[in-house]
Amino acid sequence: MAARTQRIDRLAELTAARREEAEGRGVWREAFARMSRNPMAITGAAVVALFIVVAVLGDLIAPYGPTEQNWGDEVFPNRNVFVGPRAENWLGLDNLGRDQFSRMVIGARQTLMVGVVAAGLGFTAGALLGGVSGAAYALGGTAGRRVDAVLMRVVDMMLALPSLLLAVSIAALLGQGLVTVMIAVGTAQVPIFARLLRGAMIAQGSRDYVIAARALGARRRRIALVHILPNSMGPILVQLTLSLATAIIDAAALSYLGLGNPDPSVPEWGTMLADAQRFLSGAPQLAVYPALAIIVTALGFTLMGEALRESLDPRLRK
Amino acid sequence: MLRFIVRRVLQAVPTLFGLSILLFIWVRSLPGGPAYALLPENATDGQREALRRAMGLDDPVIVQYGAFLGRLARGDLGESLQTGRPVMTEFAMKFPATVELAVMAMLIAVAVGVPLGYVAARRHGGALDALVVGGSLVGICTPVFFLAFVLKLIFAEQLGIFPSAFRQTPGIDATRITGLFVVDGIATREWDAAWDALMHLVLPGLALSSIPLAVIVRMTRAGVIEVLGEDYVRTAEAKGLHRRTVRGRHVLRNAMLPVVTAIGLLSGALLAGAVLTESVFAFGGIGQFIYSATQTRDYPVLLGFILIIAAIYVAINLLVDISYSLLDPRVRVR
Repeated sequence: MAARTQRIDRLAELTAARREEAEGRGVWREAFARMSRNPMAITGAAVVALFIVVAVLGDLIAPYGPTEQNWGDEVFPNRNVFVGPRAENWLGLDNLGRDQFSRMVIGARQTLMVGVVAAGLGFTAGALLGGVSGAAYALGGTAGRRVDAVLMRVVDMMLALPSLLLAVSIAALLGQGLVTVMIAVGTAQVPIFARLLRGAMIAQGSRDYVIAARALGARRRRIALVHILPNSMGPILVQLTLSLATAIIDAAALSYLGLGNPDPSVPEWGTMLADAQRFLSGAPQLAVYPALAIIVTALGFTLMGEALRESLDPRLRK
Repeated sequence: MLRFIVRRVLQAVPTLFGLSILLFIWVRSLPGGPAYALLPENATDGQREALRRAMGLDDPVIVQYGAFLGRLARGDLGESLQTGRPVMTEFAMKFPATVELAVMAMLIAVAVGVPLGYVAARRHGGALDALVVGGSLVGICTPVFFLAFVLKLIFAEQLGIFPSAFRQTPGIDATRITGLFVVDGIATREWDAAWDALMHLVLPGLALSSIPLAVIVRMTRAGVIEVLGEDYVRTAEAKGLHRRTVRGRHVLRNAMLPVVTAIGLLSGALLAGAVLTESVFAFGGIGQFIYSATQTRDYPVLLGFILIIAAIYVAINLLVDISYSLLDPRVRVR
């Protein structure tokens, strides 16, 4: 475990240590300015923006309802008869004679929700765990280190399982469903957030400004919340962006394992992709559309995350 | 050094111990409780009652946990609901297949990833670099099971270059020694069988290698870029060492350190990815069995396999830590 956790800690340290040189201008403003000149960040942001617009306005854009089976008599999956793209159905029909384009557009919302809720859950729980641990270690003296050691053993336990298997065991416990997927994928993300925030806070804890604040007699809670925490957010905000991508991909994997959303009236890309595997040789397009949508969206979030990491880390700057 | 190793091993103990508590709680909170979850759906009330008593579910929780630990220590993880065989036996039967697949995937990832990452770093900022980095990002963002399906569709079903399923052509007569089919074939000089098994490994190996490959490319690239800027590289060049010596002995060797660690960490990704690839290719390893256990709610298998995988994963990372401390003595101080 230690090699892995050390790597995460080191990452946190490096990203958090960037702040120094940006003094005076506000790290975030400078990072943002740098990102707005980075083509990678702009591409990522454009993809994500498009995804969010489609997810929010899905019902208005989609020409048909997600469950309308108006063309059921044209599609015969068992005889390998499928309908491809045409004027009234831009992406053709799915195996039940439903408009694929409408389902893709409406499915964006569920996919976004799964990603946001899962990543948000991992972020919140992980930040709480890591924040308490990091503050205890940095400011709590001997007792604090003990608290930190106990909390980190819990995190190590979660790290002892590959995250997808952790998600599978949680999902198996909760039974299939969209909420299950969100909880399972979110929980699997907790340890990385906890480790990153703790590492960054410990790195900040020994900085001069913290010592200065202590010398001035500031209370420890204030130092932790006002001084250390805001300066330690970089790494976990980068991870949050990257986690949005991971969550969408992991959710698709859980759907493939049969733990996803069982309700056919609520289309979701992961479920659509998993369902379409059965018809892959007869109608590969049914799998390719949701797969491409997942890949492009995940890529958008990943590009944004990588650009954010780069803009916070001068070593990676060109 | 010995103290470092002992300390690392001791650190893993509470992790595994805590994990056993978590999994114990996990079994107890399964829908309907363990007596329901561990029996097939058509079991009678009498059978459930008998199992309840046999499992000691009326005993205090501490006693139950003690008994659970006792069974664990004897390697008794219960029986699979699908096959009726002990979970341990199932794992031992299926593990070699997954090991063979994971090794194949890792070999592909290292053989392709290290040179690609190196070339990208040499051309840092160029078109080739952008292509490699972009490609690795796409690799990370592609659902593994979808990639597996696409590879199978194109190279097995359409072009027919590689077999589409199983570890060996059914009916082939091969001697089994280790359960690693390629190794067995070479050891017994049954070259046909070894070649056949190798061909069966190509597509699942490629699919499984996508994520490790992307990670190794990125790590090699980042490592080489960093090392290229180091003073000792300039010194080595300045004192007139041969280019190949500088690149091999100074640049690549130092850049490889984090990659070595990553190989250990990626074993986790490989085990998880095996669940997704093996089921597509009906490969018959632990991954496929976990997949079918999820489908059929085979809880003893899920519990047992996850526990064993966690133990293996912790052990691998322990080995990585120790080997890393041999490569880089600075780690030991921390």
